[in-house]
Amino acid sequence: MADNTLLRTPLNAVHRELGGRMVDFGGWDMPVQYPAGVIEEHNRTRTACGLFDVSHMGEIWVRGRGAIGFVNRLTTNDVAQLVDGQAHYSALTNEKGGVVDDLLVYRFGPEDLLLVVNAGTTEKDWQWITSQNTDSDDVELQNASSEYCQIAVQGPNALGIVEKLTDTDVSAIKYYHFEKGQFDGVDSIISRTGYTGEDGFEIYAEAEAAEQLWKKILETGNFGSDGGILPCGLAARNTLRLESGMSLYGHELSDDITPLEAGLGWIVKLKKGEFIGSAALASQKDAGLQRKIAGFEMTEPGIARDDCDVYIDDQKVGYVTSGSPAPYLKKNIGLAFLPPEFANVGQEIRIDVRGKHLKAKVVSVPFYKRQNRSGS
Amino acid sequence: MANIPENLRYSKDHEWVSVEGDVAAIGITDYAQHSLGDVVYIDMPRVGDKFSTHEAFGSVESVKAVSEIFTPIAGEILEVNDGLNDTPEAVNDDPYSAGWMIKIKMDNPNEADKLLSSVEYEEYLAASE
Repeated sequence: MADNTLLRTPLNAVHRELGGRMVDFGGWDMPVQYPAGVIEEHNRTRTACGLFDVSHMGEIWVRGRGAIGFVNRLTTNDVAQLVDGQAHYSALTNEKGGVVDDLLVYRFGPEDLLLVVNAGTTEKDWQWITSQNTDSDDVELQNASSEYCQIAVQGPNALGIVEKLTDTDVSAIKYYHFEKGQFDGVDSIISRTGYTGEDGFEIYAEAEAAEQLWKKILETGNFGSDGGILPCGLAARNTLRLESGMSLYGHELSDDITPLEAGLGWIVKLKKGEFIGSAALASQKDAGLQRKIAGFEMTEPGIARDDCDVYIDDQKVGYVTSGSPAPYLKKNIGLAFLPPEFANVGQEIRIDVRGKHLKAKVVSVPFYKRQNRSGS
Repeated sequence: MANIPENLRYSKDHEWVSVEGDVAAIGITDYAQHSLGDVVYIDMPRVGDKFSTHEAFGSVESVKAVSEIFTPIAGEILEVNDGLNDTPEAVNDDPYSAGWMIKIKMDNPNEADKLLSSVEYEEYLAASE
């Protein structure tokens, strides 16, 4: 039965029509998979195209003369480097350098930025961002999360499908860039971004248009035919991001984990000037990390899951942050926190899987990298 | 609706049992495989291992979850379905036939009579929905 206390995206009824198995995901009623199943959804995204409802993500506008300065003070990446029509991955950090949330920052103009944040943390982020805002910042903040739908079209066939539905030259949009345009006749933001490790697009539009766009994309992608587009649930979204070595908030990132520990040093721009948490991050960098995220694969049968302990000999040295079968690679993989001296590729480790210490080894991340990097 | 063949016996842990003489073939039900999702790995016992009633004899892992599997009936393992190492998806595609997991020599061949009939199992599922 539908749980009325859960939040719903504008596509909730469509997911049910499609036979989606609905679960409580951070307070949202979301499809974990459709009848095709997680393996088929995952592999179809790698080989053809997958469609994802990510309307639960939060959208926060930062507008005004102080927009760039304000977001630069709250996040680790350097917003001043963005040009109009470009986006980047970043982190909101607290004074300790811990991650309040990871996010995308879109630059529409010098006084017009959009922050796209995680669903389960949208309210927390909004509280944090507004609490940091003072009159001298000269910005206007707007939590527009409920006004938008967000639909991700991902995979090698995504470009061909998206092209058919807009006059915007989407093939010219570079990776981590976006354009405003009409998509199936609806005012949209067409962003060449994603969370699957494939080429693809994320389409933002008014919530009321969600059903029209979703159905049109399925139709254009030949949903129902062999090799056609498949709607994908949260389970495939998770395995796709894990194979691609991307972080998931609450697993590789949290208020008590810094981006440096999570292997996200590339989004920490200490040279840009002070920002919230910069002092803590600078001293952590100088002192050296006590732990860092490393990839592993199991070298004997068995699957390590989240929170399994990691051992070397009989010494507990860390824990698994995300562990799962990898449907495309057909291996059992994961990410784990390890002391840096044990995080080198080839290091043999043991993982406690329900009492059995199973063999695994450290491997390089990403586990999967797509061959054709068009659009990047 | 879950498929529940009439000729089998069922446990409340969603295993099925097919009895022939003093040998019981055991697997998980259609309902169980559907709840688990795509099965990717099955941890099985060895031939000769002995289990009492309602003892965990192994586990079934899907992409998202792991679930222990229990012996509805006490006895000694005669045979395990090694084919599932290569084709664990048989548990999803054909849970009552190709997806069988173990064959047990029953300590007490009458024990299967205590398990649920197909009608009782269907009622049990309906009540636990």
